[in-house]
Order: sequence, then C-alpha cells, then structure tokens
Amino acid sequence: MIIDLERFIREERPYWEELEKTLGRIESDVAYRFDLATARRLHYLYERTSTGLSRLSTFASEPELHRYLETLVARAYGEIHEVRGKSHRFAPLRWAYRTFPRTFRRNVMAFWLTVGITLAGSALGGAAVSFDVQAKDILMPFPHLQIDPRERVAEEEKEQSDKEDERQGTKVVGTSFYFTHNTQVAITTLGLGAIWGLGTIIILFMNGVMIGAVTLDYFNAGETTFLVGWLLPHGAIEIPAILIAGQGGLLLGKALIGWDSRLSIKARLRAVTPDLLTLIAGVAIMLAWAGFIEASLSQYHEPVIPYWLKIGFGTVELVLLALFLTLSGRKRGLDEEA
Amino acid sequence: MKRRERVNSLSIRTPEGIVFSMMLAGPVTRFLAYIIDVAVQVIVLMIVSYIAGLLGVFTSVLGPTFYEWVYALVMIASFAVPILYAMVLEWLWRGQTVGKRLLRLRVVDENGLRLQFTQVAIRNLLRVVDSLPALYVVGGIACVVSQKGQRLGDFAANTVVIRTPKIAEPNLDHVLSSKYNSLRDYPHIEARLRQRVSPEEAAIALQAVLRRDELDPEARIKVFEEIAAHFKTLAIFPEQATFGTADEQFVRNVVDVLFRKRETTAAAKPDKAGVGTPL
Repeated sequence: MIIDLERFIREERPYWEELEKTLGRIESDVAYRFDLATARRLHYLYERTSTGLSRLSTFASEPELHRYLETLVARAYGEIHEVRGKSHRFAPLRWAYRTFPRTFRRNVMAFWLTVGITLAGSALGGAAVSFDVQAKDILMPFPHLQIDPRERVAEEEKEQSDKEDERQGTKVVGTSFYFTHNTQVAITTLGLGAIWGLGTIIILFMNGVMIGAVTLDYFNAGETTFLVGWLLPHGAIEIPAILIAGQGGLLLGKALIGWDSRLSIKARLRAVTPDLLTLIAGVAIMLAWAGFIEASLSQYHEPVIPYWLKIGFGTVELVLLALFLTLSGRKRGLDEEA
Repeated sequence: MKRRERVNSLSIRTPEGIVFSMMLAGPVTRFLAYIIDVAVQVIVLMIVSYIAGLLGVFTSVLGPTFYEWVYALVMIASFAVPILYAMVLEWLWRGQTVGKRLLRLRVVDENGLRLQFTQVAIRNLLRVVDSLPALYVVGGIACVVSQKGQRLGDFAANTVVIRTPKIAEPNLDHVLSSKYNSLRDYPHIEARLRQRVSPEEAAIALQAVLRRDELDPEARIKVFEEIAAHFKTLAIFPEQATFGTADEQFVRNVVDVLFRKRETTAAAKPDKAGVGTPL
C-alpha cells in the first residue's frame, strides 16, 4: 500500500523515464541487439515499473498515471518476453538459396497435393472439351483461346512472318502486366487458404480445368507443338509458382484445421506464418521471371523463333527449377532440423 | 455451452502477475482508418501518374520505349502500392498506418509481444480474403463476430488492433475552487480514502461534480447526499474536517483529493504511444 503517493511518484519517476528512454531506443531500430548490461538493466526497470503499477492499481485517483505505467509495462513486456527470433538484417542470397528451397521441401507434401488437385482439374477440363466442344466457351475465359486452334496458329504465324516485330517496346509493359496479374492470382490462391484451405483447392482445381481444356483442345487439333512452344517457356516457372502459392494456402488451411497437431490454433498459426511469407515471396520472384519470359519469348512463334528452341528453353528452365527446389541449400540433416 | 462474448479490452497477465490492458478498436473506427488509408494511396498513385505524364514529354526525345518503361512502372506502382502501403508502414511505424495514426489505432501482437514482420505481412496479404466480395464484407463480419474484433488476417497473424487514446485530464479548475479543503489537513486519512475508492466510485463523484448544474435542485441535493454518505463510509474523517460542510462541498473536496494535480508534479508530456505521462 502506498501512503505517500507524491513521494512514491517522486522516487520512481527517474526509473520510469529511464525505461521509456531505453524502450524508445530499442523500438526505433528494427535490428537492435541487446548487450548483457542493457538487457539486465531493462529487466530491472521493467520489474520495478511493474511493481509500481501493481502498487498503484488500488488507487482510483490516478487513472492517468495508471494508464501511463500500463503502457510502459506493455511495451517492456513485449521486448522482454519475446522468445521468437528477432528480425535479422535481411540477407537476400541466403534467403534465396537456402531459406526458400528448404521451406518448400519441408512442406513438400502440400505441394504434391496441389499438383494432384490441379491434375484432377485438368482431367475434368480435358474430358469436358473432348465430350462437349461447346464447353470451351465456359472453360476458357480468354477470347484467343476460344477460336479454333488451327486458325489461331495459322493466323499468328502468318502475322509474324509478314510484319516487323509489332511487339517491340511492349515487352516491358507486357512483363509488368503478366507479373502483376499472376502475382495477384498467387496471393489470392494463398490467401483463400484462410477459409480452411477450401478456397485454395477451388482455385487450383479451376486452374487445372482450364489447363486441361486448352491442352486437349490443341492436342485434338494437332497443334501440340505450338501449344508446348507457347506455354512451356513461361509456364515452366509460372505454373509451379501458382502451385507453390497453393502449397502456402493449404498450409494455412491445415494450420486452421489443426490436423495431426496438439498445438493450439494460435501456436499453429504462429508456426506457419514465416513459411507462408517465404513461399509467397519466392513465388513473386518466380512470377517476375515468368512475366518477363511470357512477354519477350512466349508470344513469338515460328518463323521468328523456332518451336524447338522455345521448347528446349522451357525444358531447361523446368529442370533447373526442379534441381533448385530439390537440391539448393541442402545439407545432410539440416532440412529436417529446419 | 457458454457463449464467448465480445470484449472491449485485451487484458494480459505477465508471468510476474501484473495485469495490464489494452482497449480494442471497433470495426467502425477501423473502417474509417481504412478509408483514410485508401485516400492516401489514391493520392500517392495520382502523384505517380502525374509524374509519369510529365515524363511523357520526353518521349519525342527518348523514343517510345522510354514511355513504355514509364507506363510499366505506373502499372507496377498501381499493383504494389495497395499491397505494400500498409505492410511497410505498419512495420516501420510499429503497427500504424496514416489512417491508424490519425485515429489513434495500432496493430499489436495478441499476446502483447513484439510485433514481427511476418505478422504484419500475413495480416496484410490476407486482406485479399477479408475484402471479399467487396468493401471488406468478410473482414467486417469476422470483426463483428470475433471475440477480440479480429478480421481473418488478424486471426491468422495473431494480431489485434487496439486504441491508444490520448488521455486527457478533466479540467477541474473551473469546477473546483482553490478554497481551503479541510480534508487535506489529514494526509493519512486522505491516503486511505485514495486507496479505498474504486475507479468506478471516483468516476461517479467526478461526473456528479462536472454535471451538477444539469441536475434539478432537488435531485442535486439528493444525489450529493447519497454520494457523500457513501464516501464517508470509506474513510472516516474527524468531525472538525466535515463540520458545517454541505454534502456537495464534501464531494467536491473528495474529488479534489482524488483528482487534483499536486503542485510538485510537472506538466504532462506525450510518450511514443500517444499516452501522456502525468509526471
């Protein structure tokens, strides 16, 4: 119990001010590192202020002082009781070559699930177009996909042999467009995992339906080479990127459902958020590359660029991506530990 | 099954047994902050477009490719600004954007711990779900239904939005005169009174004094009679201290004891969280 409140305030005031100053210093630098002396002093000040708050809590007459001490204690509490890793200076190369591929591998089952969902969608899309040609109008939202594949190929090849490069200069705009559009789709795919993964599953399935429908349409028309030459250079990166975003969405859904875990929902979400962020950041980088390739290579056909070259390029990309995701940052035992 | 009710404040008990609380922000205030943030983003994008328009003048000199680059940058800015705006500001300003700062809101960790970048990023990435189908309908419903007023992004990131109001002291000088207060002659009983009065009781006495002119004369006498009687049971002052003092004057003296600034205390100064220190 405090008998002489004025004296109490007078004596404690320097400690409160010191705590406020220390907190201000820590909060102004995101990467602040404590030395032992500072940590000890901070802990002492925190405990002293907490005691002051506790002693003052019976005093109705000091709501403002009470609130001030509550704020101080809350701020100090956040710093002292934080046991999660503090933000390090971001190391982009280390992140790209170690953190991202390891995160991918650690959650690879979710990735295979996205592959399965997309393949199931593709099978349905392919079957729908095989049995009902009218289904194209519904399954393919883009006008250039709805025309007969033979007509489109003949038209595009003729255009490119007759004219100068009309797309000259639009590559940058095209890259920006494809990047922004696809990244939006990727974020939505991941974000819809917040409804227990269902939104992610629906997007992946519908994406699969569209891919399956287009593939079978061009295959039936005998234009497989054109299709592969058109899709593979950017699709080799773009499609896995969307699948990885889906991987993130399924991880989010799993954390919300709490399958096979004894942790609380809060703990599960805390555990999964760094992985989600790593995956979506990796996806954004992949989509920037895919957007550039789509604008500068995929839209060019024979006779400007031979199909074998485009298919070869796409295949190399796919192999390199697979090698990167499976081998980069791998050290015996480290993946499991991480 | 017991229904979990919505709460207005978030109380945290530290391992040391200290309890502190933070006031939670409501969906309406948060939506207003969002409107301000959207306005800021629109202004930023208008500035970017204006600069792009000015740069277009150089197209004739630098060629059409130059303008393609400018156009592409505008396109990327239109995409990136809405996504990165809140993410960057909340990280740099410790849970605040322009709108939140103006309306004195702050994003904090649900357990009172330090806000991490992953939390800031996830809560902002999941805006895409909260904003479905339009105007934050999903987020708004989640916010109203949730016990702690969390939208889906907050829920996934383990964050809450709190209010950090500037605490204004009641201006007592115009209601409390600088007359002699007989209760001040007994500092030990004065201290006992301060210790025994609950915040609610103190608030009732303060409101009665502040709003005394709004009461009818009869009601005024009755209200102050009841309040004075109650306070007299909490700390018993000697007869000399209360002799000849009307009930209203007694309550004013009590309020003076409870709320009046001491001469030794310095002027309040704002701290980082917008809460004034009364020292």
